[in-house]
Amino acid sequence: MLSRTAENLFWMSRYVERAESLARILYATSRIAATPSLTREGSNEWESALRTASVLDEFSELYDEANEANVLEFLAFSPENPSSIRSCLERARINARAVRTALTIEIWEAINSSWIELRKFERSDFASRDLSRFINWVKEVSVRVDGSAYRTMLRNDAFYFSRLGVYLERADNTARILDVKYHILLPESEPVGGGVDYYQWSSLLRAVSAHTAYHWIYRDAVKPWNVADLLILRREMPRSMARCYENMVNVLDAIARAYGRQGPSQRLVRRTHGQLLNVRIDDVFQNGMHEFLSGFIDDNNALGQAITDQYLS
Amino acid sequence: MWGKDGRCRSGYEAIDAFLQSTTPEVLASRRAEAELLFRRIGITFAVYGEANSEERIIPFDIIPRVITRPEWDSLSAGLEQRARAINAFLADLYGPREILKAGIVPEELIYANPAFRPEMMGMKVPHDIYVPIAGIDIVRVDADTFYVLEDNARTPSGVSYMLEDREIMMLLFPELFSRMKVAPVDIYPDELLATLASIAPANAPGVPTAALLTPGPYNSAYYEHSFLADRLGIELVEGTDLFVDNEVVYMRTTQGPQRVDVIYRRLDDDFLDPLAFRPDSALGVPGLIAAYRAGNVTLANAVGTGIADDKAIYSYMPEIVRFYTGSDALLKNVPTYRCREAESLSYVLDHLPELVVKEVHGSGGYGMLVGPAADKKTIDEFAKRLKAKPDNYIAQPTLSLTTTPTFVEQGIAPRHVDLRPFVLTGADKVRIVPGGLTRVALKEGSLVVNSSQGGGTKDTWIVDV
Repeated sequence: MLSRTAENLFWMSRYVERAESLARILYATSRIAATPSLTREGSNEWESALRTASVLDEFSELYDEANEANVLEFLAFSPENPSSIRSCLERARINARAVRTALTIEIWEAINSSWIELRKFERSDFASRDLSRFINWVKEVSVRVDGSAYRTMLRNDAFYFSRLGVYLERADNTARILDVKYHILLPESEPVGGGVDYYQWSSLLRAVSAHTAYHWIYRDAVKPWNVADLLILRREMPRSMARCYENMVNVLDAIARAYGRQGPSQRLVRRTHGQLLNVRIDDVFQNGMHEFLSGFIDDNNALGQAITDQYLS
Repeated sequence: MWGKDGRCRSGYEAIDAFLQSTTPEVLASRRAEAELLFRRIGITFAVYGEANSEERIIPFDIIPRVITRPEWDSLSAGLEQRARAINAFLADLYGPREILKAGIVPEELIYANPAFRPEMMGMKVPHDIYVPIAGIDIVRVDADTFYVLEDNARTPSGVSYMLEDREIMMLLFPELFSRMKVAPVDIYPDELLATLASIAPANAPGVPTAALLTPGPYNSAYYEHSFLADRLGIELVEGTDLFVDNEVVYMRTTQGPQRVDVIYRRLDDDFLDPLAFRPDSALGVPGLIAAYRAGNVTLANAVGTGIADDKAIYSYMPEIVRFYTGSDALLKNVPTYRCREAESLSYVLDHLPELVVKEVHGSGGYGMLVGPAADKKTIDEFAKRLKAKPDNYIAQPTLSLTTTPTFVEQGIAPRHVDLRPFVLTGADKVRIVPGGLTRVALKEGSLVVNSSQGGGTKDTWIVDV
């Protein structure tokens, strides 16, 4: 298939996935921020949301204060912010339109209607009580797009490249959420038992829709090392870094089989996946969680670049 | 549908019976159904544009236009002759220029014409096929007479309507198809692919790789480009998907560069290659023309074919057909007066109120005089301009086009139509799918069939009688 077509499919999926991640971050943030007793002294949850989305600098150029109204506007609706939910849905649609014939009607309609429906939420009087409705809607959009891709696309390279976009973006998002919040997972960084940490950990789980999953897997109260284990290493957990890499290994193998050739992407994905398989969560804490996560984010970016070089350009 | 004698014309009997036995309510509901189906496809099409793109859904009339097999056979013979002559004319113009030496067509009409591409002179085009795809516009003035209105030899569009209109009709009126023997049109994509394959460069593999080059999603005909690429099973490429290395054209694919042998381009000459034509074109492929000249890729249609459908050349078509085929043109031209010739000019000046006068390089109805519709002042002013620059004008009588029954707001009423059959010229043979795009002027009395001015489309049925 044309490299441009593959590239459009890859980015279409990435942008939808990114929109969903942002919605989850906003949800977790608003939950914590709404309960002042649960926030740490001197910390600003809204600012940390910006840091998770890696847009703090861009935000500071346009706004003075990282408060709820400003951050909501910037992360959800701002056309100025290239990674706002609005911008993500717009770019997803632009990419989809460019490969209209490579998509099924169902996927196209899911993406196109999201762009039309978005206008309902873009109002100057958008209030925080509208937020949960909005966040649910964004999650629905991503489920619709993902579901129609699963149910209607031919299992060929078009499908594979769109899946790669989902998993690469998802792995990046999970790693970033952890990286911004890792300090709360560090044992003994604060006197434990005040309840603040506990809610912070739960909010982190909520940000990746893993609150229920946690209890199913660990059958235990929320503990920081388990939270890290779940999001990094647990292959049962759909948003965990290990699961994303397992999926990408399979997808890249499928592409290599179809094309009869392996390349740098296949080597890189296997290497990172191997690291995730061979590490224990204690080692991660021991050797420095931040170092581990930044290393992973770099590897993930390198994989994205390798896929681009090998297939998309 | 009705002959001069007031009787139903052959071929239309079943439609007449159907219309007689069907109430306006049923027709209206079928039309609503057609609109729904079209809107569905139309929406799929129109999404390429922005918010107001719905306007681009062209109105569709549910009553088919019928041409009988014998009528079609003679029309088709004329189309084939015309397409062969056009190809021979172009091969000659960019080659030995015999027709100019013989004084049949004046040299200055060619060399001073912006549609003439000096770059093509002396270049060998595979199999001498310049216009593999022609859309020749035909009008009918009475039972026996078809005129050629225009030879579209550049990048004619509209074939997707021929195919889509038929799909809709088969869904809506299966009973009519079982009662009449209507020639199928859905082989068009296969015929086009065979035509493109036949004109691949000599060094192409047995099964050449073809691609459809589009200006991109913002082009108004993009839906047709994507539709055709899908039906042909070839890649729909934009300029940036292609690159030229060592005078060979490749497309960038996920499996690395893949050589392209034939490019069905829906991009105008000017934009094809910024190195050869407009340097500001971001739509084209740098080096494409060099690859073309080296004989490593076929462009369909060739570069410089616009000279064959130029209005200034049109009036010479009967002579051009005779020059290359040795026989008289089977299809007539609309009688055309060349104002550059003194005798014609004085006739035109004397008969302005009856004539339509056009600028030779004009298009879209600008700088045109429609005599019967103009007042005396306009005619006098136009006469002055005509006398000052007679070379710039041609004149034609106003035609009384035939009508076909059309379902409009007031019920079934006669409306004027034209027809664009698509003529495919390959190295092996000429292929003409029986049918074409029928455009209908939906406004009462109007002769203008353009979609921008209230025109619609109809399915065209070639029926055995």
